[in-house]
Amino acid sequence: MNFAIVVRSGPLASEGSRSALRFARAVLNSGHSLERVFFHGEGTYNASSLTVGPQDEDDLTAAWAELGRQHDLDLVICVASALKRGVLDDSEAERYEKAGGGNMRPEFVISGLGQLADAALRVDRLVTFGG
Amino acid sequence: MATLHLISKSPSASDALAACLRVLAEDDAILLIEDGVYAALAGTATSQTLAGIASALAADIEARGIQERLEAGIDRVDDHGFVDLCTRCDRVMSWF
Repeated sequence: MNFAIVVRSGPLASEGSRSALRFARAVLNSGHSLERVFFHGEGTYNASSLTVGPQDEDDLTAAWAELGRQHDLDLVICVASALKRGVLDDSEAERYEKAGGGNMRPEFVISGLGQLADAALRVDRLVTFGG
Repeated sequence: MATLHLISKSPSASDALAACLRVLAEDDAILLIEDGVYAALAGTATSQTLAGIASALAADIEARGIQERLEAGIDRVDDHGFVDLCTRCDRVMSWF
């Protein structure tokens, strides 16, 4: 079966991102496919490459990136949500003339809500976390 | 056309579960996750209503140390059980 996941919470303020990550692993370990993970609102903080976690805590941003690499996942962050929160890829940083370049992890892509609508129409199950 | 309802908030902090119960259809299922698992604490009117309807996510129960205090009739499911529940229902709806 084909799944998509929506993540609406950041890595720190609530449990949604951690729950979504566990669910994503379970989907993949159960032999289902994970078509897309769409990060919306506070969820876009999960794509930041600038987070520095304490050594004795899990780093959820790194864990999402690693899962994305392992399974070649389509990790999409909402452009409107991300720009407001200062999560930019290199081309957005250049467009808005931000010194230092982008800070989005390379495993993610920036796109629009159309990607969420597209996933909602095509997958068998859409599951939303956080909020 | 059954729906799986996901409740992630405690019933004492949010009316998500109460709102969900108002529209719950006969074949629907409820999964309690995160702070939503507090609704499975035995001996409350809410947990008695949920017996036979709801299940609760094992990792979130254990994270809160309430595994010995659960209402009978509310099943525990692991993360793979969560995925299975999604496949057995026609859609999944999250309440916040």
